[in-house]
Amino acid sequence: MTAVIVVRGVRPLGGDARDLVLAGGTIAAVTPVGGAEHTGVVAEAAAGCADGTRPAPLVVDATGLVALPGLVDLHTHLREPGREDAETVESGTRSAALGGYTTVFAMANTDPVADTAGVVEQVWRLGQDAGHCDVRPVGAVTRGLAGERLAELGAMASSAAAVRMFSDDGHCVSDALLMRRALEYVKAFDGVIAQHAEEPRLTTGAQMNEGAMAARLGLPGWPAVAEEAIIARDALLTGHVGSRLHICHVSTAGSVELIRWAKAKGWRVTAEVTPHHLLLTEELVASYDPVYKVNPPLRTEADTEALRAGLADGTIDCVATDHAPHASEDKETEWAAARPGMLGLETALSIVIQTMVETGRLDWAGVADRMALAPARIGAVADTPRDTAGFAQVGAPATLTLLDPQARRVIDPLAVASRSSNTPYGGRTLPGAIRATFLRGRPTVLDGKII
Amino acid sequence: MNHLLSTADLKLDDALLVLDTADRMARVADAPVRKLPTLRGRTVVNLFFEDSTRTRTSFEVAAKRLSADVINFSARGSSVSKGESLKDTAQTLEAMGADAVVCRHPASGAPHRLASWVRGSVVNAGDGTHEHPTQALLDAFTIRRRLGRLDGLAVTIVGDVLHSRVARSNVWLLTTLGARVTVVAPPTLVPLGISGWPVEVSYDLDAVLPKTDVVMMLRVQRERMSAAFFPTEREYSRRYGLDADRAALMPEHALVMHPGPMVRGMEIASSVADSPRSTVVEQVANGVSVRMAVLYLLLGGSGAERESS
Ligand SMILES: [Zn+2]
Repeated sequence: MTAVIVVRGVRPLGGDARDLVLAGGTIAAVTPVGGAEHTGVVAEAAAGCADGTRPAPLVVDATGLVALPGLVDLHTHLREPGREDAETVESGTRSAALGGYTTVFAMANTDPVADTAGVVEQVWRLGQDAGHCDVRPVGAVTRGLAGERLAELGAMASSAAAVRMFSDDGHCVSDALLMRRALEYVKAFDGVIAQHAEEPRLTTGAQMNEGAMAARLGLPGWPAVAEEAIIARDALLTGHVGSRLHICHVSTAGSVELIRWAKAKGWRVTAEVTPHHLLLTEELVASYDPVYKVNPPLRTEADTEALRAGLADGTIDCVATDHAPHASEDKETEWAAARPGMLGLETALSIVIQTMVETGRLDWAGVADRMALAPARIGAVADTPRDTAGFAQVGAPATLTLLDPQARRVIDPLAVASRSSNTPYGGRTLPGAIRATFLRGRPTVLDGKII
Repeated sequence: MNHLLSTADLKLDDALLVLDTADRMARVADAPVRKLPTLRGRTVVNLFFEDSTRTRTSFEVAAKRLSADVINFSARGSSVSKGESLKDTAQTLEAMGADAVVCRHPASGAPHRLASWVRGSVVNAGDGTHEHPTQALLDAFTIRRRLGRLDGLAVTIVGDVLHSRVARSNVWLLTTLGARVTVVAPPTLVPLGISGWPVEVSYDLDAVLPKTDVVMMLRVQRERMSAAFFPTEREYSRRYGLDADRAALMPEHALVMHPGPMVRGMEIASSVADSPRSTVVEQVANGVSVRMAVLYLLLGGSGAERESS
């Protein structure tokens, strides 16, 4: 394995070009372009290579590429254990690395459910064995995701997987008392409850966003208020008990308003938005193609506008993929029978570029914050700088991703690294391409290919 | 026209063509030999995932009057049950060489999916709570036969609009044909997104009936009550049922329609359902003519006309 890597001519956060020297898992030197060879680390490695005691430094030509901190996804479905036909930890993390991610949080709705120390440790170890990125298991809030009794949150927190985020994602913790107890309990280890906000009585049988389109298509509606009612309630509970709440996949303009209100109160409420809710709208459902079926559903143009604005001003803290692979027999069917969810890891950064960078709402430092630093703060990920000033500095973790912002690529659903092909972007041309990903100084992707 | 999936995307010319063709088909029904050779050698598959003897039989009679071979293919079970998937079924139909597939399915949009998987024409015979285009066409045909026109008529649709594919198809088709549509229902059974529809909404049937040329009663399923869509059957019947007193509020020429099967007493009083202004029985007969017209236009076209002349 290469011990010393020279990343030549890269633009950290889109700034001036630099050479970065990666060694020992950290950034060992930052120099003007062409200056890396004059640093002690590279000179020492080169000398060691000459007498055969060390491997030669690897030089990566990164001219024109932008360096970002390794991306962190708070919301990934890896499907293992239980649905290895749709995805495995190996294939899902491969997808993640190709998308520029160095840490993914694996959601708990597996089979068996990740509601014990045993299951979270199993998932964590599978991630280590695969080696494409760090896997941080999310523990279930309630046993079997049944919403009735708390899972062993403490045992999961003190397991080898060191779980800090808990979620019944796929289900809402709809019982107010249980939600209160969960929020209180995780204060013992500064945990966070990630809520899939969906009042179940208001969404029974729901198939798409409630409104004019649902009325026309004859599909039962999933009203915005079902999400907003839970966010409002949980924000109040969080304020009351003084805990940490994270709202998964915010999808409506009203939700953004509520989160803005909760933050103004000083409550510790954070939120994520998915790339697809930033770009796609319910109009696509008119095709009845289940590739567009997702939970929460695609909403209106006005909602995507509010979500973009909320992400830009920091009301929404971060982007999370809700990468949800499904086997073809679960998608190539009539709308109502199809499972909700779409792939996200390999296209997330491109969608953020299209919706946020190309529209002038975020610069590269903003992208770094929303896709790496903020999710790392929420999920308590070590090895990530606290803020953008700490990135690309000597001593900072060499966990980063190199992006070609000029590249354009056509998405081929059959050519993705995921085991599934349920991407809504098949045939679309998307901006940006990941050229390399480094995890603690070790390349996981080079030249756009898995190492 | 390659498929008939919805009336929402049916242009005025196409709709009129179907109605005019149905007029010609109705004459076949009255002729001594009630059969045309038009679709000889063509195969029509009735693919029913939901029981509906009335609709299936109507399509079957229509196809047979056009001399098509008919295969009845009923796949039981709900849309979400595992087992043979819609796509597997589509591949089977391809292998059988179906020229047209008449599809009834409990899931909205299922015929749209089917149309992307088979080469033949797909006719939507009712999908979930989405559309039932041939029902709307036969309703329009019935109105035109009785009242001589559709343009400018006031049509009132009463009942469970939220779950009714018949209501949806009729709203699009009748407005395309120039009628003014009002829907009357308890607010719980009106879709929240109805503001985008070209209709008036009222909760007061008595206020609307005097200005109505055609009242179309919808089926109300009893299980809606348990989901709190309305308090009791009695209250529903009192506010939205069509009894004799209420029917008397309508102008003398006004029609009463129902797609059947009727829940007598609750939705409609027997005396009204069996009165001369009721078109319930004609609707069934007209259904065959309209479905003949649809199959003829999708499969026969002008080439078939040459054959029969
Ligand atoms: Zn979720």
